[in-house]
Amino acid sequence: MANKLIGQNYTTPDLVAKVTGQARYAEDHRAEGMLFAKLLLSPMPHARVTRIDTSAALAMPGVKAILTMDDLPGVTPGQTLGEGVVSTAQGELPLTMEPVYEGEPILAVAAVDEYTAAEAIERIQIDFEPLPFAIDPLVSLRPGGPNARLQGNTWLTPPPAAGAAGRGGAPAAGAPAAAAAPAAGAPAAAPGAGAPAAGDAARGGAGRGPGRGEGRGEGRGPGRGATPPEGGAPGRGEGRGAGAAAAPAAGAPAAAAAGAAAGGAEGRGGPEGRGAAPARGGRGGPGGPPQGPQIQELKWTAEDFAAAEEGQLPLGKPATEWIFGDVDAKLKEADLVLDETFVGSSTGHQPLETRTAMAYWENGKLHLYGSTQSTVQTVAAILRGVGMDPATDTDKIVFVSEYTGGGFGSKIPGSINMAIPALLAKKANAPVQLRITREDEHYIGRARPALHSRVKVGFRKDGKILAIDGFAIADNGPYNSQGDAGAAGSTISLCYQPEAMRWRTINVLTNTPPKTSQRAPGGMQGNGLMEPVLAKAARKLGIDEVEIHRINAPEGKAPLGPPAAGGRRNYVTSAFVKQALDKGAEIFNWQEKKARSGKRVGTKVRGAGVAVSAYTAGSIGFDGLLVIRPDGKVQIQSGIGNLGTHSVMDVHRVVMELLDTPWDQCELVWGDTGKHLPWTCISAGSQTTHAMTRAAHAVGTQAKKMLQEVASKALGGSPASYQVSNGRVSGGGRSMTFAQAANKAIELGGIYDGHEAPEGINAFTRRSVAGLAGQGLVAAARDTYPRDGQSQSYVAGFAEVEVDVETGAYKILDFAAVADVGTVLNPRSLQGQTFGGAMLGIGHAIGQHWVYDQHYGVPLAKRFYHNKPPTILDAPANFTFAALDIADPETPVGARGIGEPPCGAGLGAVMNAIAAAVGDEIFRRSPVTADMILTSLESGRRTTEPLTAHI
Amino acid sequence: MEDIKMTEEAPANASRRNFIKGVIAAGAAVSSAAYVFRGNPLSGQASTPGSVERLLTLTVNGQERRVDVMKQETLAMTLRYKLGLTGTKIGCDRAECGACTVLIDDIPRYSCSTLTHSVRGRKVLTIEGLASADGTLHPVQQGVVAEQGFQCAFCMPGFVMATVGYLKTHPTPTRQELAHGISGNLCRCQDYDKILTALMKGAELMRGV
Repeated sequence: MANKLIGQNYTTPDLVAKVTGQARYAEDHRAEGMLFAKLLLSPMPHARVTRIDTSAALAMPGVKAILTMDDLPGVTPGQTLGEGVVSTAQGELPLTMEPVYEGEPILAVAAVDEYTAAEAIERIQIDFEPLPFAIDPLVSLRPGGPNARLQGNTWLTPPPAAGAAGRGGAPAAGAPAAAAAPAAGAPAAAPGAGAPAAGDAARGGAGRGPGRGEGRGEGRGPGRGATPPEGGAPGRGEGRGAGAAAAPAAGAPAAAAAGAAAGGAEGRGGPEGRGAAPARGGRGGPGGPPQGPQIQELKWTAEDFAAAEEGQLPLGKPATEWIFGDVDAKLKEADLVLDETFVGSSTGHQPLETRTAMAYWENGKLHLYGSTQSTVQTVAAILRGVGMDPATDTDKIVFVSEYTGGGFGSKIPGSINMAIPALLAKKANAPVQLRITREDEHYIGRARPALHSRVKVGFRKDGKILAIDGFAIADNGPYNSQGDAGAAGSTISLCYQPEAMRWRTINVLTNTPPKTSQRAPGGMQGNGLMEPVLAKAARKLGIDEVEIHRINAPEGKAPLGPPAAGGRRNYVTSAFVKQALDKGAEIFNWQEKKARSGKRVGTKVRGAGVAVSAYTAGSIGFDGLLVIRPDGKVQIQSGIGNLGTHSVMDVHRVVMELLDTPWDQCELVWGDTGKHLPWTCISAGSQTTHAMTRAAHAVGTQAKKMLQEVASKALGGSPASYQVSNGRVSGGGRSMTFAQAANKAIELGGIYDGHEAPEGINAFTRRSVAGLAGQGLVAAARDTYPRDGQSQSYVAGFAEVEVDVETGAYKILDFAAVADVGTVLNPRSLQGQTFGGAMLGIGHAIGQHWVYDQHYGVPLAKRFYHNKPPTILDAPANFTFAALDIADPETPVGARGIGEPPCGAGLGAVMNAIAAAVGDEIFRRSPVTADMILTSLESGRRTTEPLTAHI
Repeated sequence: MEDIKMTEEAPANASRRNFIKGVIAAGAAVSSAAYVFRGNPLSGQASTPGSVERLLTLTVNGQERRVDVMKQETLAMTLRYKLGLTGTKIGCDRAECGACTVLIDDIPRYSCSTLTHSVRGRKVLTIEGLASADGTLHPVQQGVVAEQGFQCAFCMPGFVMATVGYLKTHPTPTRQELAHGISGNLCRCQDYDKILTALMKGAELMRGV
């Protein structure tokens, strides 16, 4: 492909609005007569509301409506409410009568202003019956330990039906393939087929779609490159959708793990984020009775705890388990075996824009202004949240989200709380804005689950990893089962290419804010566990740290995860990590920095470290849609959320490249579902660049073909005799402008101006085509390009730190990143994304954390200055960047995603640099703080409490 | 434990009460009042003895704006909910993130933590007032556009205003000096490297380099 646009810097068309303050984020929208809502939040980690008396509040002048759980639509098991939240009797709802974490919303008041609403909340009489709570997963696993939920402390699946057994009946382990399968419509893998880690079951994309049940996504696994045909008619509807929902429930954590983002067919790739879907009683997918996981109690034995040495993670019964190769034999064969425990911190996503939303109803139609990562994919989740049916009511909502102030996984739809202003607006018959404060956001704004993890790694003396035997416990939060623990295993298997591996996990419920995918969910934690082990092994074996990463690096169609159905392991589309390491060593001056690493000068000692990370980076099967208008403009419809990644704009450069027409002849329409948008992936799992460049390629190709046909009909000659370039269609001395072609298309009608929709596109897009009919040459097409393997992107990160050994304080002097993300689309944005992603990991290395009062079960670090996301002064003083710019062979534009892959490299490289400066035995948890370094150096041993959560 | 009934008066409710007090302290609640409230009988809670005059004239972006302001109202809420200047963002309500930074007499201030009454007779400049009347962007804005600075950009108005204020007293900062100068602003996309590049470009353009 030519590259007049692709690979070139440009100014995104939203930038001037942003820099002048004209850009409107959710809280910037107003409506006449708008009311303000406030939430009443639970003051306890776990309680039952025994009495609510709202009479005094309702009697106040200015109080217009109060919304409680009774006002919510009934629970339909298996429905996705967004945010990884699947409706179940034990699942999360916008309001509750049994709060399971401090800060959970119980009711909401709408009043003429916030002051009145807040005062009304004070006047509500509410009684709570306190219930037992659990804050620390390990404490909950102890014999007699507390449970976060009345039903137990983990999600377990009853032994599945025949053919569905996972290893050792491990509930999630067996099922992930199923997760992908039913939803994806992939013919393989019945539910629970024992094929964990369905290839393309993306997090985010996995299985459950908005339940339209209408399309199918791609298959998972090797060889299933092509997008399967669109699935059943819309009529298949909920049944299938719900079935899909039930199935991944069984196993989704590992599905999440597998992670290459999902397919694009409607009915999946849904807004629900990745992860498990405990769809209790959900209708079964094909071939299985309802077997969703249920909350049950699982305790480890006193012997399990006693068997662990001081500081080592105890290992008891897991909930999921997978294995490939002979782990025990390979460990025996190894020249060096390291057994290391690592504990991370749960962290809030903390987008700078809180999840404020405003809603009103007009003639039965809901107008909702919210903050989402994924414009189109949020629609169905909102509709369900207010009791409407996405199968029939998609025309009864206008959802506006033109600018989103960050999400990082917490706003994949961000929809669960949007139901509150929407339902209040209905009840009060007036517009309602629910302004979310920073403290509200801490509670309801989602968080990354920390992993307590332990790994035994066997190295050959040249550094090659022979075997990994790992176990991860996730601080799951109170609700849906999260995929992080599973994803960590999958990422480890990819990044370090062990010859044999076993991975066991358990998600333990805690009374802490709900968790969901945060940028590189699980992947970053996996890298955080493994990277210090690699660095330590390099030192013990006398191998260069870059070299030990190189010898274990994935290359080409590298395998990942456990064996899928049929016993084969899935593999990636391509990987060039060795080249990335080489390039990084060069731009970072690795040899020079390594030479001075660990040498003390005065009170300062420097250290240099390297790390490799990977994450899912692409899905397939979505649609592109555009109108070539009578004024000659190419109006491209973008269903992508404008969350700051620029992919909402960037991917459409492909269209203009194919039309060989200047970028400024294009106008983008985005952020408003009233404006006829195409079916689009969720912006999560780093899939947008890959998925939507494919869709853009499809529609650009289609538009070009239609222009040639229109010219042929208007001017004679064969379509093939025409070239499209510079806003004209020309050939054989004849020529017409795009404007003339648009008018001719309108004259021709039918397929040319949208009065007939092309075959094969998703139903959502078909409706949008109808909405645009007659406005010009209307082109729509679906990505049906083949793909062999799962799309993943990779980053090699290098860091140099300087530690003051008299204070323990350190700073990051240098950071270099090399991205293996296929063809570069927008160099500046790619560099910014890589740095930002690496910074997210660095934040986890240096300071971000939660702190809980374990006795009362309440959070103590609720604000920025408590939980310490990095500031501009924490950023490395020097940042260098390179992209390999090697096209991925399995996608027409060659581009893969970048959002998540850098996170683990940021975390790992900085931790390894610290270890290079002060030694391998100083820390085994993150963040690595000054006091941890100082006290450990002074006492000659690790001093930090090794296993306690939230310290 | 199950027998204990928590009531309104019980200490366990403390966090909710504090939370509400926090909202009030931050001026969030009150300020939105008058936005909706004009002509509403509830707005009569104003002129009690000892209270300040509510009708103010503010100088915002070079214009005199008459506005009805409660005494505990913050400038961020006045700007956003009464003057329609939503370019000033609220990220934290509590002087932690800097998204609400505006210039008051050329000095960067967190408008979420500035009482509107305290800016009477002073010049308030927000992101909307930075470009010239003819639409020409301020050099710092031009720097952002030239370098495609920022990602989600929710923090951008605050960063830009902080930079404009800093450059008034430090027109030729090094990269590190500028980072210190604007370190009261938080970006959660953590695009700090590109942000600094863009704002340094803005500093250059201001000097006419």
